[in-house]
Amino acid sequence: MGFLDIKNATKSYGELEVLHKVDIEVEEGEFLVLVGPSGCGKSTLLNMIAGLEEITSGEIAIKGTTMNGVHPSKRNIAMVFQSYALYPNMSVGQNITFGLEMHDVPKPEREKAMNNVAKLLQIEQLLDRKPGQLSGGQRQRVAMGRALVRDPDVFLFDEPLSNLDAKLRVDMRTEIKKLHQKLGATIVYVTHDQIEAMTLSTRIAVMNGGYVQQLGTPKEIYNTPNNLFVATFMGSPSMNLVPVKIVKLDKGIAAETSNAHGQTVSLPFSSPSDELKSYVGKTVILGIRPEAFTDPGGADRDASNIVEIDNEVIVTEPAGSDTFVMTTLGGKECNARMRADVQVKPGSQARFAINMDKAVVFDTDTEMRIP
Amino acid sequence: MAIASSDTAIRTGRVTRFFLYLVLILFALFYLLPFGVMLVNSVKPLAEITGGNMLSLPDVWTLEPWFKAWSSAQIGVEATGLSPYFWNSIKMVVPAVAISTILGALNGYVLTKWRFKYDTLIFGMMLFACFIPFQIVLIPMARILGLTGLAGSTPGLVLVHVVFGLGFTTLYFKNYYQVFPTELIRAAQIDGAGFFRIFQRILLPSSGPIIVVSVIWQFTNIWNDFLFGASFADLDSQPMTVALNNLVQSSHGVKEYNVHFAGAVFAALPTLLVYIVAGRYFVRGLMAGSVKG
Repeated sequence: MGFLDIKNATKSYGELEVLHKVDIEVEEGEFLVLVGPSGCGKSTLLNMIAGLEEITSGEIAIKGTTMNGVHPSKRNIAMVFQSYALYPNMSVGQNITFGLEMHDVPKPEREKAMNNVAKLLQIEQLLDRKPGQLSGGQRQRVAMGRALVRDPDVFLFDEPLSNLDAKLRVDMRTEIKKLHQKLGATIVYVTHDQIEAMTLSTRIAVMNGGYVQQLGTPKEIYNTPNNLFVATFMGSPSMNLVPVKIVKLDKGIAAETSNAHGQTVSLPFSSPSDELKSYVGKTVILGIRPEAFTDPGGADRDASNIVEIDNEVIVTEPAGSDTFVMTTLGGKECNARMRADVQVKPGSQARFAINMDKAVVFDTDTEMRIP
Repeated sequence: MAIASSDTAIRTGRVTRFFLYLVLILFALFYLLPFGVMLVNSVKPLAEITGGNMLSLPDVWTLEPWFKAWSSAQIGVEATGLSPYFWNSIKMVVPAVAISTILGALNGYVLTKWRFKYDTLIFGMMLFACFIPFQIVLIPMARILGLTGLAGSTPGLVLVHVVFGLGFTTLYFKNYYQVFPTELIRAAQIDGAGFFRIFQRILLPSSGPIIVVSVIWQFTNIWNDFLFGASFADLDSQPMTVALNNLVQSSHGVKEYNVHFAGAVFAALPTLLVYIVAGRYFVRGLMAGSVKG
C-alpha cells in the first residue's frame, strides 16, 4: 500500500467514460508526473485526488484512509493552479494564510508559518502587495507559498509553469525540483510538457485517451516505451519510427529497410529476444531516438553495436549544441542528432551511425513494444 | 512606433474638433432643457408662469414653491406636502434594493459556480421577470399580497419590487461572475472555505462595479415606479411618484405650476444623486468582462 493510492479510479460524465480504471500507487516523497496531450484525463485525475471532482467508481486513499466523498479541505492536500488562483482582493500575506485562517489556526501561528514560507521562497518583501502588482514568477512563488504553508500530505500541481515565459519556466522548474529535494514532499504534478515530466519526476504516468499508457521511471519511459504513443510523445525531437522487415542472418537477426536511394540497408540487432526472433519475415516498426542516430565520430563509444550507413541529407538544422540532420529511411523522414560542427550539406551524401543497442521495435498492428 | 500609432488613431484637426464639441454641447443642452425648465419655473412666483414665458428666468426669485411642495401642498385630501411620501419611498426603496441586490448576487454565484441540473432552465425562467409586462401580473400579485396580509403596506411593495428586480439583478451578477475564474473558488474550497465564506471573502470584494450597476438600476426603477405604487399601496404607504401624481392631478383650486415643478424636482432628486455619485462606475460595470476578464 502506497502513501497515495489510486485504485481502479474511473470517471464518467453520464454515459461517457473519460478515465478508465486508473491504478497508481505513490510512495511517500515521490514526485509523480501525469503527462499527456490535452484531453487525456490528467487534470481530471488530479481534480479527483483533490476532491474537486467526484470519483465515479474505484477508490483514492491517502495514508490508507479512503478519500471518496471527503471534502477537499479535509484531505490535507494543497494545490497549485495553472492560473495561480491568487485571491485578487487580498494581499500576498493574506493569500498565504487564508487556508490556515479557514482552519481556525490562531493568528500568531499563522504569522509564524507565513514568515517561514516567505523566507523559504524569498518573497518576504512582497507580503503586503496585492497579486495584481506581482510579476508572473512572483505570483508563481506566492501560489507555491500558499500550498507550502499548509504542510499538506500531498501537493498537487496543475500545469503550474505553463503561464510563464520560456526562460522563467526553466528557472522555476529547477526551483520546484530543489524544493522537492529539500522538503521530501509527496507531489503529483500535471503537465503536457514532456521535458518538465522527464526533469522533475521520480516517476511518470503517461496518459492518453483516459488510459495510463505507461507508468515508470523517466528512464524506463524514455528507453523502453510500452507502445508507439509513449515513444512519440516523450522525447524531442520525437523518436524516429521506420517500417522494417525482420530478416534472419547467419548470426542473429536484422532489420531491413531502404535508404533515400532505394538501396537496402541491414541493421543487425544487438541481442534480440526470442519473441523478436519469432517475427522473422514480418514487418515491424523500428524506433530509433535521434541521439542514437548520429555521425560516426559522435557515436556512443560504449555501445556494442554501431551500424554505419550512407544516406542522403535532406535538411540540416543547426541548433547550437547539436546539428539535426534530416534523412529518409524506409520512406520515412528521420532526424539524426549530430555534433554541432559536423560538415554535412543538404543534398549531399553523409555517413550515419546507428546505435542498435538503443533500438526498440513495435508490432505494426498492436502498436505495442516487442520486448 | 510613434508614426504607426498616430496612423491608426482618428485624425482630429482643429476644425473637426470644433464641430465635434459643438454637436456634443448642443445635444447636452437639448437633454438638459427639460430639467432646466423645471428648475427655473420652480423658483418663480405663480403669476410669472401663468402670465409669461415658461423659458425666461424669474424676475423674482423665490423658494416658496419648494417649501410648499415639501410640507404643505394639498396631496389628495390632506395638506401634508410631499415629505411623508418621500419617506415612504425611501422606506420602500432601500430594503427593496438591498434585498434584490444581495439575492441577485447569491443567484449569480450559484448559477455560475455551483452549477446543478437544469440550472439554465431555472435561469431562463427567472429572465421572464425582465420581459413580462407589469400589467399582466397585477391581479395575481394583488391576490398574493392579500393572502399574505401584506396588501397596502410598505413590506408588500418591497416584496413586489424584489420579485420583479430579481430577474435583472440575477442576470447582471450571473454575467459578471461567469468570467470570474472558477479556479479561485476551487482554491478557496481546498483552503477550507465554505459556500458563504467563499461568497463573502472572495466573490463580494471583487464585485464592486456590478453592485453599483445593480444598485443604480434597481434604485431608479423602484423609485420611479408608479404602477405598483398606485395599485398596491395604501394612503400611509404611497410612494413619492403616486403622491406627485395626486399633487399635479388635483382637480380643485388653482393649478400651482411652480409647486408642481418643485415637487417633480424632489421626485427626481434621489435618482439624480445616485447617478452623479455612482454614475461613472455604472458604465464601467456594464462593460466589465466584455473586453478582458
